[in-house]
Order: sequence, then C-alpha cells, then structure tokens
Amino acid sequence: MSGAGNREAVFATRQSLGVMKSKLKGAETGHSLLKRKSEALTKRFREITHRIDEAKRKMGRVMSIAAFSLAEVTYATGGGSNLNYQVQETVKTARFRVRTKQENVSGVLLPAFESYIAEGTSDFGLTGLGRGGQQVQQCREVYGRAVETLVELASLQTAFVILDDVIKVVNRRVNAIEHVIIPRTENTIKYINSELDELDREEFYRLKKVKGKKHRDAEEAEKELRAKMAEVGITATDKTNDGGEGVPDILEEKEDEDLIF
Amino acid sequence: MEGLYFNVDNGYIEGIVRGYRNGLLTSQNYANLTQCETLDDLKLQLSPAYGDYLANVPSPLSTSVIAAKTTDKLIAEFRYIRANSTGTLAKFMDFLTYGYMIDNVALLITGTLHERDTRELLERCHPLGVFETMPVLCVATNVEELYNSVLVETPLAPYFKNTLSSADLDELNIEIIRNTLYKSYLEDFHNFCVTAPGLAGTPTAELMSEVLSFEADRRAINITINSFGTELSKQDRKKLYPSFGKLYPEGSAMLSKADDVEGVRAAVEGVGEYKAFFEQGMGQGVGSGHPKSLEDLFYQKEMEIAKMAFTQQFTYGVVFSWVKLREQEIRNITWIAECIAQNQKERISNYISVF
Repeated sequence: MSGAGNREAVFATRQSLGVMKSKLKGAETGHSLLKRKSEALTKRFREITHRIDEAKRKMGRVMSIAAFSLAEVTYATGGGSNLNYQVQETVKTARFRVRTKQENVSGVLLPAFESYIAEGTSDFGLTGLGRGGQQVQQCREVYGRAVETLVELASLQTAFVILDDVIKVVNRRVNAIEHVIIPRTENTIKYINSELDELDREEFYRLKKVKGKKHRDAEEAEKELRAKMAEVGITATDKTNDGGEGVPDILEEKEDEDLIF
Repeated sequence: MEGLYFNVDNGYIEGIVRGYRNGLLTSQNYANLTQCETLDDLKLQLSPAYGDYLANVPSPLSTSVIAAKTTDKLIAEFRYIRANSTGTLAKFMDFLTYGYMIDNVALLITGTLHERDTRELLERCHPLGVFETMPVLCVATNVEELYNSVLVETPLAPYFKNTLSSADLDELNIEIIRNTLYKSYLEDFHNFCVTAPGLAGTPTAELMSEVLSFEADRRAINITINSFGTELSKQDRKKLYPSFGKLYPEGSAMLSKADDVEGVRAAVEGVGEYKAFFEQGMGQGVGSGHPKSLEDLFYQKEMEIAKMAFTQQFTYGVVFSWVKLREQEIRNITWIAECIAQNQKERISNYISVF
C-alpha cells in the first residue's frame, strides 16, 4: 500500500503541499463524519432488523388467526354461499388506506407507511344478514389488523432495503477514505516533503559551493594582489616610507637619538 | 289415517332417507376425526362414509376440496331421491331447492349489477339450487332484462313479483333483496306445507311447521342482531321478518323496535327456548370467539329438531331434516379439516354432533 508509487501526480511545490495538507485535513474530517453517519445508520439498521423480526412473527400469528376466522365465517354462513364474490363485488372504495411520509435518518430519507381507516365506508355491512353476519364483521376486523401488520412490515422492509444500500455506500466511502485517499494523500505529502528537503539540501549545497567558490576566488584574487604587490613592493614601501619620513613613527622600534640639552 | 296410503307413493323414499340418516357420522366418528393429525388421516377416517368421493382426490388435500367432495355426495343422493319422488313429495323437494336458488339468483344479480361475465358465476352456484333455465339468466346484460327473465324463467317468480320491482334490484342492497326473497320463500313454503291438499293435517304439516317456524324466528333474530350499526332502517328491517313463527306477531314487532341486544332479548322473552339461548349465548358476549355463540346455539337447536323429525313416520319432514343434517355434517367436516390444516386444535371440538 505504502508503495512510493501510490501518490498523486503533483509537482513537488510548496503550493501543492499546502493543497495536499488541506486535502488530508478534509479527508480526515470527512472520514470521521462518514464514520459517525455509518454508525448511526447501522444502529438504526439493527433496530429495524429487530423490528422486522418481531413484525414477521406477529404477522405469522395474526395471519393464522385471520385465516381461522375466515374458516369460522365459512362455518357460520354455511359454506355454500358465495361470500367471497359478494364481498368483492359490493366493495367500491377502499376502507383501509395507506399514506406515506418520510423520515430522515442522518440524511437518508426513509419512506414510512402509515395506515388509516377511511371513516364512513362499510360497504358490506349487511353481508351475512341472514346468518353469520357477526362472524363476517369479526373476520373483517381481524383481517384489518392483519393488513395493518402487513403495512407495518412493508414500511420496515422498505426501510431495510434502502438502509442496506445506503450503509453499503457509506461504508465503501469510509473505507475508501481510510484505506486509499488518506494513505495516498499522506504519501503525497511525504513525497512532497522529501522532494522539498532534497531541494533544500541541493540549494544548501549549491550555496555552499557558491560560497566556497567565492572564497576561493577571493583568495586567488588576494594572492594575485599580493604577487603584484610583491613586484611593486619596494616602491610601494618606499613610497610609504617617504610618506612617513616627515612624521617619524614614534612607535617604530629604533633607537631614539639622545637628546642633549 | 294418513299412514294408510303414505307408503304407496313415498315408502321407498322414506326408507332410503332413513338409510341415509343412518349413514351420518356419529359422535364416535367425530371423535376419531378430531384425533387426526393431517388431512390424509382425515380422508382415511372419512373413507367409510365418503370413500367413493374422496378416493380419487390427489394427495395434497385442501379443505375446500374436502368440502366440495362431501357436498357432491349430498347432491348425488338428493338428486336420486328427487328423481324417485312423485306428486306432492316432488313438489316438496322442489321447495327445498328454492332456498339455494335464491342464493344463486342473488349471486347472478350481483354479477349483473357489476357488469361481470355471469357465465363464470354459474360454476360458483350451489348445485342444489341449479335449475334448468338458469343459464338463460346469464344472457341478461342489464337489470331490467334480468328482472324479466327471472320472472319468466325461474320458479322464484312469485317471490319477485310480490315484493320487488325491477328498480329495487338496482337500488337495494343485494342482502336486502336476498332476505326479502327468502322471507317470501319461507312464507310460501310454510303455506304449502300447512295447506297443500296432500299435506294439510298430516304429520308433515305439523313437523314442517315447527321446523320452518324455527327457521323464520332464527332469521328474524339474526337479521335484527346483524343489522345493528348498519344503514338498515327499522322499517326496512321489519319487512324482512317472515310473518309466521313463534315470535310472530308480538315478538317480531318488538324485534323491529329493538336498538340493541337487550332489546332483542326482551323481544324473545315470550319464547322459552330462545330466551334460554340468550341466557347462555349472551352471558359471555355475543359470538366473538366464545365457543358457544348464538349462531352455534341456533345450529344446535336446528339439528335437534332435525333429529327429532326422524321419530315421526309418514312424513316428508325426514327429507328436509336429512338434508339439514347432512349440511351440518359437511360444515362439521370442513370445520375439523380447517382446524387440522391450520393447526388450531383447541377449538376443534366446536362441531355439532347429534347422533
């Protein structure tokens, strides 16, 4: 992973170092945010899984009760009457309705189905008037509850599927940031740093060289000067001595003439 | 004296029916049935009684198949008796089928009202209520035509003519139509049993009067209880009560005024047996999961009356009773099959067995 090749193609400049550093910082912030999101979603996900489990069990129970109450109806109405057909035909509008609303879980919109019973519609209220009417109504209530459970389950299942997808995406992102983007950015930064250090050292060396050269040049120049001076040395000293003739150097080590008073 | 010539025409039929009655499942059989673990076991247990009909059913049995096959047996036996009956008994048996016919016609009316293809509905019709000209009703595409064809083609014409107009078919709830027809039918049947030349003053009249009165009262009480909380007005409700029976007229009048179960209880106060039902059935709430609902009690009573019918001789009542007993048996078998199929053993003993 941490191959030297795993870095972005950038020029090792101070500017791109800055860019990379801010990118790394961004990636880390993003990573922690996404991680938190994924945790929140996973928590929710577990909760939903749990509730689905419960709802499914409940559904099993309710459906068996419902099926049984239908058996009761068949028994009470004598079986022969075409109750199913009659109920199908007399119902004109849905009594049990579903509306959706959306729930926001850390940025994910989960549809939630909400069931309600439209009031005032009892299309087959008279079914089984002659016999079995009470069983029919009871069966209808039981099935109403069964459908309620189904709606609940449907809303949970939808949330389950959506959350599953979202969690996968988020986890992929988290992993991508953690294992690809951050190491690569870090590598790039390292590379840039090393390049810059290299440049620094080169620069230093160059300066040293320049300095050495200058030094040598200076020395040579001095030597040359000296040599020249050596050629012209006497005159030069004479001249200087001439210059000093008038004003005897008192610090010169020479015997002072005795002064006779 | 009526016994003197009864057997000339009807002895064979009565003998056959009594034989059929002995073929009904007994408490012992039911006890065995409730012990079954699967529907295949059930089939095995049923094989003495229904072997011919269930033998060829492929293995994954369903309760509806069992119900259909057991009904087939009833139909076959009924048709046999009908084919062998003559004179008044033939007429009597025709009357028996009218009840199912009403159901079938109501089904076809529902289909026509909603503009469905009524031919498909023919298969769903109860076989006992099938009459030759029934497919003709399917030709009708609107209510007016249907009304006319019902008047022309069916034996139910008088019931329609006296109580309903073609506009009613369109406007009234199908259940109200059905119950109006049924009311006329019950009254007519009762009238026939009591006044027909061959029947007046015979045990048949006596027996059928009792059976039909009970049926009438049961319908009146059921309609009243089931209409609470629906749009059925009290006047309309009153029109659905048959005009005979133990509750008629005082009880019916009180029923028509009843607003709740207490009102119904007050209305049936005058008739001892119904009062007892209410005390048993209502003590722990109407129906609603209680093992003995009012409905169950009525069935129980009906079966007892039917059983008692066999203690009399020289009467057509046995045919009626046999059909009712056999229907109850089919319901029982279906119930037990459902309980087994759905694994709800705790209520499996909710069937009604009288033998």
